Amino acid sequence: MASDSSSQPPEDLAALVDAAVEKRCGAAFASLEQTLADLKASVAELKEACPEDRCTIVAFSGDMDRLFAALTIASGAVAMGMESSMFFTFWGLSALKVKTTYAGKSVGQKMAAMMLPGGPNSVPTSRMNMAGMGPVFFKMLMKQKNVQSLPEMMEMVQELGVRLVACEMSMGVMGISREELLPGIDYGGVATYLGDASRSKVTLFI
Amino acid sequence: MANVDLDCGGLSCPVPIVRISRAMKELASGDTLTVTASDPSFKADVEAWVRKMGHHLDAFSEADGSQTAVLRHA
Repeated sequence: MASDSSSQPPEDLAALVDAAVEKRCGAAFASLEQTLADLKASVAELKEACPEDRCTIVAFSGDMDRLFAALTIASGAVAMGMESSMFFTFWGLSALKVKTTYAGKSVGQKMAAMMLPGGPNSVPTSRMNMAGMGPVFFKMLMKQKNVQSLPEMMEMVQELGVRLVACEMSMGVMGISREELLPGIDYGGVATYLGDASRSKVTLFI
Repeated sequence: MANVDLDCGGLSCPVPIVRISRAMKELASGDTLTVTASDPSFKADVEAWVRKMGHHLDAFSEADGSQTAVLRHA
């Protein structure tokens, strides 16, 4: 049997091979590494520009039926593993209201506060409202069918971690203060909505 | 491999899907979730849900207005 030492190349030979490989392939490796770094940067950029698995909804309407649709989709999206945001603007703010205050409001704002619904339990229906009889009728039908009420839906989206954002511009116009809205929600403007919407595969205006 | 039963009888869209998604989070790979429901959109919804979430629908049956789906965690 040949001794093991013959299978081990002398150290200087190994160094020579290393040097030869470096000389021949060093530049190629460096260029490959550069290409890889460029590709990684492009992928990161593309990821940034691609819509994510998110759902962003503008709840513009303060109608019971439309709010139902918005809340159902937002909660369904979370159940489907998506992140979900809802932007409540103009009439939609009624869904976030927990109380109505009058102190510090202008005459016009006081009138608006008086005429607008006090919360999700007192919003009108978009059709067949019949001076407030419609919602009573629909609530009865929904109870019979064991469909959740609007306040229950609001509770559910909060539990599910749907991001709720109140539009501060409409709050300012109508004189709605933060104390009148649900605690723990976010506040924002059009950029807040667009920031979320541009990263969303699903975005709706209801 | 555990099996968990979930009764969504009498509940309407979107509650069954919300409950399924919550229940499935507690399960491990290979575990099954047996869901009973009466919501008319249940079959279509549960099929779409497993497709989206990457889980499996092992069985679906319907009798006397009650539907039963066996979901398997991926």
